Amino acid sequence: MGVSEKGIPLTKHETGLITTRIEEVIRWGRKYSLWPLPFGTACCAIEFMAVASSVFDISRFGAELVRFSPRQSDLMIVAGTINYKLGPVLRRIYDQICEPKYVVSMGACACSGGFYDNYATIQGIDQIVPVDVFIPGCPPRPDAILSALLKLQETIDREPQMGPRRPITEHGKTR
Amino acid sequence: MEKLDNIIEALRHDLAEAVEAVDRPYGDAVLTVSRTRVHDVLSGLKTRGFDLLLDIAGVDGLHLGGRERFEVVYILYSLRDDLRARVKVFVPEGDMTLPTATDLWQSANWAEREAYDMFGFNFEGHPNLVRILCHREFVGHALRKDYPMMKGQWATGTSDLRPDIERE
Repeated sequence: MGVSEKGIPLTKHETGLITTRIEEVIRWGRKYSLWPLPFGTACCAIEFMAVASSVFDISRFGAELVRFSPRQSDLMIVAGTINYKLGPVLRRIYDQICEPKYVVSMGACACSGGFYDNYATIQGIDQIVPVDVFIPGCPPRPDAILSALLKLQETIDREPQMGPRRPITEHGKTR
Repeated sequence: MEKLDNIIEALRHDLAEAVEAVDRPYGDAVLTVSRTRVHDVLSGLKTRGFDLLLDIAGVDGLHLGGRERFEVVYILYSLRDDLRARVKVFVPEGDMTLPTATDLWQSANWAEREAYDMFGFNFEGHPNLVRILCHREFVGHALRKDYPMMKGQWATGTSDLRPDIERE
């Protein structure tokens, strides 16, 4: 049993009750419990490890529970070069993540192909999957990844939580 | 160096006209070999201590105007004697068939697949001559000088990684 500000004991009905909207509760939960799936193919993945470890500590923002199964995560972090051979794999893993799902494109390679402007490298993963946040850099500093996470949380804050997250279009379909 | 000289001498003696030219840059040996006899030369080198095939390289001399458009270079190393040798074969564009070296070195398996993938050499007798780097829907050979460097090709399936699964 708690007490009120003035020290008066609270009645049974006054304890532990808040009124809010269910959407707000869902929003709060989603924002602070993103489970990342690192799709690491290059040095960006090493930088992501630094973010996850103690110095930068991504768990301060509630996104420390890294899962390597798309079925157990909702935030795909594409960290590294994606080539044409890997494209369908990336898309298939994205498809396996349950809604709501978010994608962060980390580093120059994932965002635009980086300096690999050649026959092998996809010039930006947004051609395959819809991307929520792009992080520039080669590789980006850990701060930039945290900044992207905050940006994503802002996005989640703005979005309606009930119903479909984004209109389902042909965008991002594997060609 | 003497050791390498002796090996080349013995090789030229045994396989008279197979070795067309010998170059000795930086103490290594570069043997230019006719296409029909390349397997004999490789096997001769192997029996003389070159037990390691490091790589097989392709060269496209489209703009170089060499003897033939393509070259295949076998890069060999002798663990026993610490010697390096390269075997060079000229390959014409019209007929890109070569004998496989997989019966001599296991490492030739992937190296020949890569050379096939990038240039289109046909290594006769290779157990599984399919693309190794590009996906299987890729058309053309990416390291040929007449392939547009920035032309990507989309893959539709993931069966490259699981060839045992039917293409979806």
